Amino acid sequence: MSTTPPTAASIAASPVVAEPFIHLVGVSKTYGRGPDAHVAISDATFDVMPGELACLVGPSGCGKSTLLKILAGLHPHDGGTVRVGSSSHSFDPARDIGMVFQQPLLLKWRTILDNVLLPAEILGLPTAASRERGRELLALVGLEGAENKRPYELSGGMQQRAAIARALVHDPKLVLMDEPFGALDALTREKMNLELLRIWRQSGKTILFVTHGISEAVFLGTRVVVFTAGPARMADDIEIDLPRPRTLDMKTHERFGVYTRRIYRLLGME
Amino acid sequence: MAVVSHAALVLAWYLFVKFGEVPKFVMPSPLDTVLTLRVENYDWVGNTLVTAAEIFGGYAAALVTGVLLALAFTWSKPLEALAMPLFVSLNMIPKVALGPLFIVWFKYGVIPNMAIAFSICIFPILLTTVRGLREVEPDLLDLVRTLRGSRWQTFTKIQLPSALPYIFSGMKVAAILAVAGAIVGEFLSSDKGLGYLMLQVQVTLDTAAMFMAVLLITLIGMVLYGAVLLLERAMVVPDARLA
Repeated sequence: MSTTPPTAASIAASPVVAEPFIHLVGVSKTYGRGPDAHVAISDATFDVMPGELACLVGPSGCGKSTLLKILAGLHPHDGGTVRVGSSSHSFDPARDIGMVFQQPLLLKWRTILDNVLLPAEILGLPTAASRERGRELLALVGLEGAENKRPYELSGGMQQRAAIARALVHDPKLVLMDEPFGALDALTREKMNLELLRIWRQSGKTILFVTHGISEAVFLGTRVVVFTAGPARMADDIEIDLPRPRTLDMKTHERFGVYTRRIYRLLGME
Repeated sequence: MAVVSHAALVLAWYLFVKFGEVPKFVMPSPLDTVLTLRVENYDWVGNTLVTAAEIFGGYAAALVTGVLLALAFTWSKPLEALAMPLFVSLNMIPKVALGPLFIVWFKYGVIPNMAIAFSICIFPILLTTVRGLREVEPDLLDLVRTLRGSRWQTFTKIQLPSALPYIFSGMKVAAILAVAGAIVGEFLSSDKGLGYLMLQVQVTLDTAAMFMAVLLITLIGMVLYGAVLLLERAMVVPDARLA
């Protein structure tokens, strides 16, 4: 897409007023019809700028995972506008999405490196270059030396690191993470949060991170989008103005407390 | 340990015959049994090859057909909804009862016996493969879908390898059934094979030869089962194997 000549729109957009990479207006999704209809999400309206790490937080059934599926192109939305990509940051839905799930979902029969290479294989990217990139990514996520191990030889946290490398191997512009650390123990989770911030800084990706954890969301996010359940709807979109790079002691920061309390209140838990 | 228990059984058999004064036509000794191999008239090699061909042929055909049918079912939900209940019903037919029919359809010989082995083997393979293909994590399929992966890529990279442990468990059950199927076919009608030979020597009360035939049939079954185990060991990582 870099060969596209500059258009009026791209000139207008550059670099003075940045365009959002993700632009959502009034997005809604209902499963089923009539009396069985179930509103999975309603009125999701927020923007994510290129290179942001946006956290979607809320209880189960608030529609945050549904929103990820809509952005991944797995489910159609039935109301509102969804736009991913901008004139300055092109987006090809077929190759610009990386996904990380709650479970690592590594293929048991493949080595760690071959697991990381799966998306590259599916897209038919050149093998040698992909292997090189796969090794670099394993180093980035702290798994150098594990290339030829099998998933069962790694701990849950290590497997999830490999899953993150897999989500980056085809150099996608957008990484969707659905409670990626939800199955890890609390300490590993803290550690992975710091690792994720480092990986995000070094890779420069736009990341959408779904979580139940309010303090996790505030700690990680450049913005936190809050969803409530019953009825499922978006409650707020909060920009998190905390110093970067984030460190664990920021969790005791006064403003950190202000943000978390505000979210607890939105979720009716205060 | 496996060798010890097998040897103990043969020894017990030997001692029982030797000291129990069992008539030879009721139970021959191990030595008498092996010595029947010298009777050229029985064409051991030829008969063993025929039975083996029936077992392996029926088994291989069932494996290919079963996996392909299961694949078709995962690709087409309506087809599965339509055909799967039918296969479950067909599975209830005692396949041995089809023997006389197969003889009408295929005349007698290797083909109908292969057909019986096939019809008995295909169900466990089909059912376990369908189950295995279904057990794939939906999130993994989503991952492939976001990358616009083809059905074939999904099948070869995700579904088939994750279904392999299930396929092998079906293949093990089928390996045992294949032997039974082929032999029953030979009992019903045939002019070759170890089952046929057993009926011949039964008339002359050559019990030792019947023992030998059973041993050889068992051996064919063990070769097939062993091959399946070796293949499983080569193709399925220890972590993924089903008990």
